[in-house]
Amino acid sequence: MRFTKDHEWIEVDGDVATIGVTAYAAEQLGDVVFVELPEVGKAVKTGDGLAVVESVKAASDVYAPVAGEVVAVNGALADEPETVNAEPEAAGWFARLKLADPTAVEGLMDRPAYEAFLQTL
Amino acid sequence: MTDALKRTVLSAAHEAVGARMVEFAGYAMPVQYRDGVLKEHLWTRARAGAFDVSHMGPAFLRLNERSGDGDGDHRSIAAVIEPLISGDVASLKPGQIRYTLLLGEDGGILDDLMIARPLRESGQGMLYIVVNAGTKEADFALIEAAATGKATLARADDRALIAVQGPDAAAVVSDIFPEAAELVFMSHRRIDHVGESCVVARSGYTGEDGYEILARAPAGVELWDRLLKDERVKPIGLGARDSLRLEAGLPLNGHDIDPTVSPIEAGLGFAVAKPRLKAGAVRGAARIARELGGALARRRVGLRVREGAPAREGAEIADPSGAVIGRVTSGGYAPSLSAPIAMGYVPPELAAAGSPLSVIVRGKAQAAEVATMPFVPHRYVRAV
Repeated sequence: MRFTKDHEWIEVDGDVATIGVTAYAAEQLGDVVFVELPEVGKAVKTGDGLAVVESVKAASDVYAPVAGEVVAVNGALADEPETVNAEPEAAGWFARLKLADPTAVEGLMDRPAYEAFLQTL
Repeated sequence: MTDALKRTVLSAAHEAVGARMVEFAGYAMPVQYRDGVLKEHLWTRARAGAFDVSHMGPAFLRLNERSGDGDGDHRSIAAVIEPLISGDVASLKPGQIRYTLLLGEDGGILDDLMIARPLRESGQGMLYIVVNAGTKEADFALIEAAATGKATLARADDRALIAVQGPDAAAVVSDIFPEAAELVFMSHRRIDHVGESCVVARSGYTGEDGYEILARAPAGVELWDRLLKDERVKPIGLGARDSLRLEAGLPLNGHDIDPTVSPIEAGLGFAVAKPRLKAGAVRGAARIARELGGALARRRVGLRVREGAPAREGAEIADPSGAVIGRVTSGGYAPSLSAPIAMGYVPPELAAAGSPLSVIVRGKAQAAEVATMPFVPHRYVRAV
């Protein structure tokens, strides 16, 4: 699993990456009450909006950490958005991207680096 | 948190229990505690929440010279403030509180506020006033200017102002202030606590039964600590305060009401004293009377959002043809309803409950309909 400074995680299997937000991000967001997911087939560039996570109080954007095409979204979040809080780094995933460049994730932080980054916040 | 932010007498207590502090109206305030907005909201509806609202503007307006005739002195102090507000203060009974509006020259709403007449005979000729945090400097300046030579405004916003709200609030507060049980909704009295005279009002901003208590710093801090030791009580941040008042259909100044909005447009006609209006004694009387007569361009309504994401402040409201006819002034997710709700302004012909509309969120139209407010029934205690 790799991580961004925007607190997204990305797990690559072949040329498909699963993307979600980290436990830290889920804690900061508070109770998630709605998740807006992208359409399957949508092409995203690094830094494009990928999803929107809504808490009681506010809406927060989730950005694509790498470029690719959306090949699947986690439809279960429509009925159970609280999964983002309960299992942010597993069942609370948002979308799967077919990577434009499978090596792009190599520039992202690994877990020790991300945990070190969290210590600086 | 920067040093420039003002602190309430309870700020340190919030930080000590891990509150997430944010800037609000120039103060460092708890937006949520460890439980988070959703749980804090539901706890308040189920048990009792304690809110630090010391950033608001409590003050006392006192006649400079009292005659000693209680009713006469009350009429005199009422006459000082009435020219600025929509309501009637002279008719308040001892101990009674009234919700009213501070109006601009054109009848626009500068702020909404509470005005109370003291219960005790010795307190007559004085009003207890609580204005909103964001507008308190301007409000106080306006009131002081109107009072010049007649009355003096003494600010009390260096004290603790604590709201206790929820079904268990009466039991909790009565354990500390036994006489509080005798108060009905929108009444208040002074009650001593740890040697300090506190103002205990049965009022609030959640739709629940509850109290708002003004206490000088040491007694206020002691009261806060004591409330939080009660297992029926949890501290509740500004996040849940906002979602609770939204469910209760109560407008938020600076968002749902502002100086461009009249009391009638805002659906707050009940706060306009009709005899004073007829006499032309209310600011903007001509406009308000015209609007009461039906010449109304827009009206504040509640909206149930039937699909999709919460529609938040600024979201456009469209009619069934897709034409934009208004904007959401506050909106979010209603924890008690597990659904998104909002308030906004629409033309009167689309303001009836059930009118099908849509809200535009991130470019997408989502079905919504006008709903009667409150979204969650009020549970005020009007008789004891």
